[in-house]
Amino acid sequence: MSDTRVYDIVIIGSGAGGGTVAQELAPLVRDGVRILVLEQGPRFADHEFTGRELEMADALYQDGGGFLTRDGTMTLAFASAYGGSTVVYTGTSLTARERVIREWAVPGLEHADLAERSAKYAEQNNVHLLEAPLINDNNRLFVEGGQKAGYRVEQFPVNVKGCRGSSLCNLGCPNQAKQGTNRVQLPRAERAGVEVVTRAEVRSIAPDRWLRVRVRERPAGAKGAPSEWAPGEYEVQARIVVVSAGAIGSPALLLRSPLPLSRSLGHRFTCHPALILVAEHPHAITNDVGHPKSYFVDRAEEERFVLETCMYFPFVTAKSLTGFGASHSAIMRAFPRLQMILILACDHATPGNRITVDAQGQPVVHYALTAETTDGLVRGTRAAARIFFGAGASRVHAPADPPIIEARDAGHLDERISSRSFRPGTVGITAAHLMGGCVMGSGPVDSVTDAWGRVHGVPWLRVADASLFPDSLEINPYLTIMAVADRVAEAIRRDAPELLASPLEPSHA
Amino acid sequence: MTPFRAVAVTVVPEAAQLDAGGWDELERIVAGAIAARPARLRRQLALLLRCLEWFPLFRYGHRLSRLDPARRTAFLSSLQRSRLLILRRGFWGLRTLVLMGYYGRRAAAVAIGYRADARGWEARR
Repeated sequence: MSDTRVYDIVIIGSGAGGGTVAQELAPLVRDGVRILVLEQGPRFADHEFTGRELEMADALYQDGGGFLTRDGTMTLAFASAYGGSTVVYTGTSLTARERVIREWAVPGLEHADLAERSAKYAEQNNVHLLEAPLINDNNRLFVEGGQKAGYRVEQFPVNVKGCRGSSLCNLGCPNQAKQGTNRVQLPRAERAGVEVVTRAEVRSIAPDRWLRVRVRERPAGAKGAPSEWAPGEYEVQARIVVVSAGAIGSPALLLRSPLPLSRSLGHRFTCHPALILVAEHPHAITNDVGHPKSYFVDRAEEERFVLETCMYFPFVTAKSLTGFGASHSAIMRAFPRLQMILILACDHATPGNRITVDAQGQPVVHYALTAETTDGLVRGTRAAARIFFGAGASRVHAPADPPIIEARDAGHLDERISSRSFRPGTVGITAAHLMGGCVMGSGPVDSVTDAWGRVHGVPWLRVADASLFPDSLEINPYLTIMAVADRVAEAIRRDAPELLASPLEPSHA
Repeated sequence: MTPFRAVAVTVVPEAAQLDAGGWDELERIVAGAIAARPARLRRQLALLLRCLEWFPLFRYGHRLSRLDPARRTAFLSSLQRSRLLILRRGFWGLRTLVLMGYYGRRAAAVAIGYRADARGWEARR
């Protein structure tokens, strides 16, 4: 027997998309509009962000950060929590490149509009360039090495407030400095009267606008508060439904739902396959203290890669290195002397890469690296090695045979680093920045929604997250997700009088 | 030595120095990670470990857990370089579990000099 509840607007997901929509629609509560956010993950108390690697990865990430693609050769990192993946990113806040939005060619979506909305959220989230005294050696060496290698190095604007430099951003900031939706947009929405229910998984959406929702009990000893609702099965009806469950969760939910949707649903999934590279310096550097991601080199247009500074934790570092045994251990023991660079390949949407659901309705990610994407990783690895050596590293650990490249071989990087060493199943590739699956476009033949997140043929259903992106964004996506979600919220406000007046069918439970 | 420990000390040679408590902790971490995975994956992993234990018998005349370290390394390297994706992927998954068990321990983080602290810069002054 299900408990039934009725709302005017239900938002599924509370990350950069859902959190933004919640804030932007919150003023409607004053007019008597009932708004509910359903978040699959838990709500964490400040003191629960301990920075302990396995403990936090297990609490925050889907499958502890090890969500596997169907063929098991790549892991995908995305969070499940109040605030979604904004809890675990590094706060990097870039505005989409004009070229990329132009190449997306979505009718009605202009770069100038996205840039304006991005600026609004940049201000709201305290986005700024980190002051020089807070930059650590790991980042300074990237600038130094990048300039010596002839690259244009840019500083990341970040959305932190009172950053103490824990370096633990990817495990959830233990000092609540990062201004994700869990710190800014969701609390504002809740103060305005929006209801947020955590540990609530939406299983499907029916054509009569009834949502099947399962609220889970907090497992014994687990982090996070219990759900705001009693554990159990619910049927929730809404006049407007906004799906913001991310590039895997949103298409999977819609694929589970008996709705008349575009056949393109689940298609055009893409991401930024990423590789962590490390180099050893002759002396200790500050690396595991300070903001981890302050600079980047954008070669997306020319060479299909972006390099970013990064600093990871012992297990993630260990699993990202190629090989095993004594040489692997030697690099790990050099941790205080390690410089790290993250290589992001810019992968364009291809027909085979897509989201489906299995017999249990669980998402399955079909993803294979194309030759062009592998080439981006190879080029990025060579460029990172040049930066490392330019910064004075004595050796670089990279996918190569053998994986250690000494400084004396710095002139032979093209021969040492080749696609032969990037075979699936031999390199630790992890992707974040998941995109596509419910893409925007002109009509139902090749897209799921229009440029305002309105699902073709289902006027009460909207999508507001990175699943709308019709192709790779080629940079860190959070600010653009917020800008797109802001458009979705604007369209909902515009359509609200008609949609909120529409009659609802009674429960069939 | 169990087949899992034979793989573990080959992937991370320092694991051979672990005392009983250290092994308990490592194996508890791995067991926790496996328990959260689908039953199909758990069965595949158990099968892979059985295969890894017996395959070397045909090449070296001994099971994996009875091989000397050099031959264990050579055998696992051949899996890592295998033409068959299923073998490369299987070894990669097992290697990941070993690294999680070993480097997921607080003692290992201290041993390699990892010092991240919630207090950030303040903790270094």
